[in-house]
Amino acid sequence: MRPVLKPDGPDRVLVGRNEVPVLLRQMADAITVLAWPRDGVLAPDARPRPWLVGIHRGGVHVARELADVIALSEGWRPLLGSIDVSFYRDDVWLRGPRATDRGTDLPGDPTGQRIVLVDDVLFTGRTTRAALNVLMDFGRPEAVRLCVLIERGGRELPLAADFAGAHADVGPADSVELHYDADGRIGRVGVEARVARA
Amino acid sequence: MPTDAVTQTGSPPPTAAPRVALRHLLGLEDLSGDQITGILDLAAQMKAVNARRIKKLPTLRGVTVLTLFVEPSTRTRMSFELAAKRLSADVMSFSAATSSLSKGETLIDTAKNLEAMGPDLIVIRHGAAGAPRLLTQHVGCGVVSGGDGFHEHPTQGLLDAFTLREKLGSLAGRKIAIVGDILHSRVARSNIWGLGKLGADVHVAGPATMLPAGIEDMGCTAHARVEPALEGADAVMMLRVQRERMDGGFFPSAHEFHRFFGLDEERLKLCKPGAPVLHPGPMNRGVEIAPEVADGPQSVILEQVENGVAVRMAVLYLVAATHGLDGRVD
Repeated sequence: MRPVLKPDGPDRVLVGRNEVPVLLRQMADAITVLAWPRDGVLAPDARPRPWLVGIHRGGVHVARELADVIALSEGWRPLLGSIDVSFYRDDVWLRGPRATDRGTDLPGDPTGQRIVLVDDVLFTGRTTRAALNVLMDFGRPEAVRLCVLIERGGRELPLAADFAGAHADVGPADSVELHYDADGRIGRVGVEARVARA
Repeated sequence: MPTDAVTQTGSPPPTAAPRVALRHLLGLEDLSGDQITGILDLAAQMKAVNARRIKKLPTLRGVTVLTLFVEPSTRTRMSFELAAKRLSADVMSFSAATSSLSKGETLIDTAKNLEAMGPDLIVIRHGAAGAPRLLTQHVGCGVVSGGDGFHEHPTQGLLDAFTLREKLGSLAGRKIAIVGDILHSRVARSNIWGLGKLGADVHVAGPATMLPAGIEDMGCTAHARVEPALEGADAVMMLRVQRERMDGGFFPSAHEFHRFFGLDEERLKLCKPGAPVLHPGPMNRGVEIAPEVADGPQSVILEQVENGVAVRMAVLYLVAATHGLDGRVD
């Protein structure tokens, strides 16, 4: 059972600095051991290696750190990709066009590949829906799993994470935010008041 | 007019990119350097789509784009139509020669009738400067200029800036030479505004008869000889000599124009080594540009055409989605 976290202290910290590596470790194990359980009968070297594809912006950071953790324990580093959902969002007509200088960058044709889609927070599910559509426009993966650092309530689409580092018990007015250290690594996860969708 | 410009509104959520809005695109004079940079950044994303196997985005599904070309055009119109289709928009085309405009209907009447069919966005090319702006006063949808008279050709200016930025990186402080018939060129005007706002040092050169009075007020340096414009230039843009105007006494002959202003391999050596050569097309080989330069290693003329699709995708996306904000599209 994954932990259910509540914001703690005056800074409303959800995941402290020391706990982030623990969650990443659990997520990495889930990806390598649980994601494709039938691979257990294969020799480690014969198991297909999934790509980690992060959704901009937070998911890209989570994917990179997961790859570091897997590289350390497994001895191989997953190929990394990133997805920018800007042109696939369903709220363009509600929120207007947004500038983007990121873009989608995959390590190759995803057809036939196993892909772990990585995001920081799973909330409404709309970003995940958009990211799946981006992925399908590049090819036909063998299978896609969804892995998030924090899963929270408020789903608006019938989507669930295959693996989550933790569940967050936060209200609809709360926004779960990742904070980064100066070197770009995830420092802690906090809760802030959501900015209204003007 | 601020309503025509890209504006950054509100304070976005911390993780979201800033919102940009573009109600109409009538000219680059209306935009700031940051706003132009925002469009070029978007265009870079759009260009990546054009390299995919499935060259299509779902972004403008259900949006109808009308191309209203009252002046002849091949590449601009096709570029806009391809851009719209790559964004999943529906496209209606209107060309003056086969339409009621040739039966005497006014532009506004034509536009109002076409608007009744419910386009979300009209791309207009017209021989009269200001026609796109006039159109915005009579229709409720977004208007994008595909070139109007001698005024501006904003998407050409944007694609030129995009191409230059790809080749040179930041354009701040870069010397860009624009050579030829400045007087009749809406491309030159959009480039002088656009490149100037990106911080480039723009030099124009052409026969004195083709340098409009007061052109330097737009923020460029004018030369009646080509050499000082080319010397040390980071890039050079040649303009089409509009042969149909040669009887107007602007210069004696095509041969003479080539001798004094045409870009050949010798003159190109005045520019910095490897300086990209641009031309908005259609080219007059042997008049403003020598064939060996047009087809040479420094020519980026075909890349300009490719980049045009990406830049127009960015513009159509911005204008259509901005109008969606007004509740015209649910």
